[in-house]
Amino acid sequence: MGSSEIFVVVLITAIVMVSAAMLIAWWAAPSSKNAQKGETYECGIPTRGTSWMQFNVGYYLFAILFLMFDVETVLLFPWAVIMKSLGVDGLIAVGFFLVVLVLGLAYAWRKGALEWK
Amino acid sequence: MDFELVNLISWIDESLRDLCGDASWAVSLIEYVLIAIAFLGLYCVLALILILLERKICADFQCRIGPNRVGPWGLCQPIADMFKILLKEIITLKNNDKFLFFTAPFLILAGSLGTFGALQFGKGLVGVDFNVGIFYMLAISSLGVIGILLAGWSSDNKYTLIGAMRSGAQLISYEISAGISILTMVLLGGSLNLTDLIEGQKDSWYLFQGHIPAIIAFIIYLIAGHAETNRGPFDLPEAESELCAGYHTEYSGITFGFFYLAEYLNMFIIAGIGTMVFLGGWQPFHINYEWASGFNELMDYIPSYCWFVGKVFMLVLLSLWVRWSFPRLRIDQLLHLEWKILMPISLVNMLLMAGWVAYIAAQNN
Repeated sequence: MGSSEIFVVVLITAIVMVSAAMLIAWWAAPSSKNAQKGETYECGIPTRGTSWMQFNVGYYLFAILFLMFDVETVLLFPWAVIMKSLGVDGLIAVGFFLVVLVLGLAYAWRKGALEWK
Repeated sequence: MDFELVNLISWIDESLRDLCGDASWAVSLIEYVLIAIAFLGLYCVLALILILLERKICADFQCRIGPNRVGPWGLCQPIADMFKILLKEIITLKNNDKFLFFTAPFLILAGSLGTFGALQFGKGLVGVDFNVGIFYMLAISSLGVIGILLAGWSSDNKYTLIGAMRSGAQLISYEISAGISILTMVLLGGSLNLTDLIEGQKDSWYLFQGHIPAIIAFIIYLIAGHAETNRGPFDLPEAESELCAGYHTEYSGITFGFFYLAEYLNMFIIAGIGTMVFLGGWQPFHINYEWASGFNELMDYIPSYCWFVGKVFMLVLLSLWVRWSFPRLRIDQLLHLEWKILMPISLVNMLLMAGWVAYIAAQNN
């Protein structure tokens, strides 16, 4: 059996498990309709307005920074596998790549993108 | 020789083939169902054990007794909880986005079980074994972040939204240092395949092979991995005193149960990855000297799956200890810790390891 088939089996297992448990709960659990029950639970008093609105832009900044470094990690993985045969040359080549990246991080740091406001 | 679960598996495979004769599709089908049942059973049993363990240890830390009514020492408490949670009503809200609301548990469980399926539980005891195994684990565990963001967003509740955003920021931030510290060990091992990585630790674990860079990477991985489970000092997404319960406030009954299950299993999975990459996976502890050969043979008698589970539970206990010992961080402290301390250190550490590997390669040539 190949790994790809087991991977599909595992994913299907997850989906079947969640659906089966939800079906059992839907069939076995009591249910009653109540106007109060469908309200948003925040702190007891009625909620004001919708939650689908603007929120702190700081989260986006970190998401963009994350994107930069995550792509960097993806690019470094193949390099890490063959580092043993590359030797010092590989280290120098990746050093240039990292310098460019760290410059970007230094810029973000200097501009205050890493501060939480 | 000694009893290994692999023999049992190959015995089942052979007897199925004898039984079915030419119908090889039937053998595959039965084996797929058996694999699914095995993973599901292991997943649920581990979750029950971890939940009881957490509650008992938490009680000990706080000088309480903990669950002690259902069964001896409360051993049946998590099973009772499981049945109770199945019989609770799933409340549907008035305003939420119902499709996304019910998609989120699917994504979280798929991410969690997909990562769980790639763990190597023992010698030959492995489900998903890709040639880019460790990369696959990092990739599929990110499904959980999407699930959490969907859960918080679709609930139409300000607290769940804040909880989900905090959780997203925290998970993606700490994923970088966890990824880079794993990358550091891939440099040493020279492979992305988990079987190869574990085979490479036959004589001594990577934690000892890699000297100081490996130890720094291990510590960074422990901190970042602990933060990825949303627990302990990093439980901002569900800070009870601020946000009700964070991103799963509006979930009830079994839909909440899935988040609970995934949280505990993620603890196991993070510890499992740490074990495979740093602590030798299922490899027994060996001292690489001539005089210790008797000791090494003695260690070989312990079955491989016992080694794996033992090491993982050691890391899980460490994580529980941390969780109940430290006060919660603020979000600015959390991001400061990751972006200004852990990430620069792990980058420099990775270069140190690359230099070390290049030095060894130059020595060998």
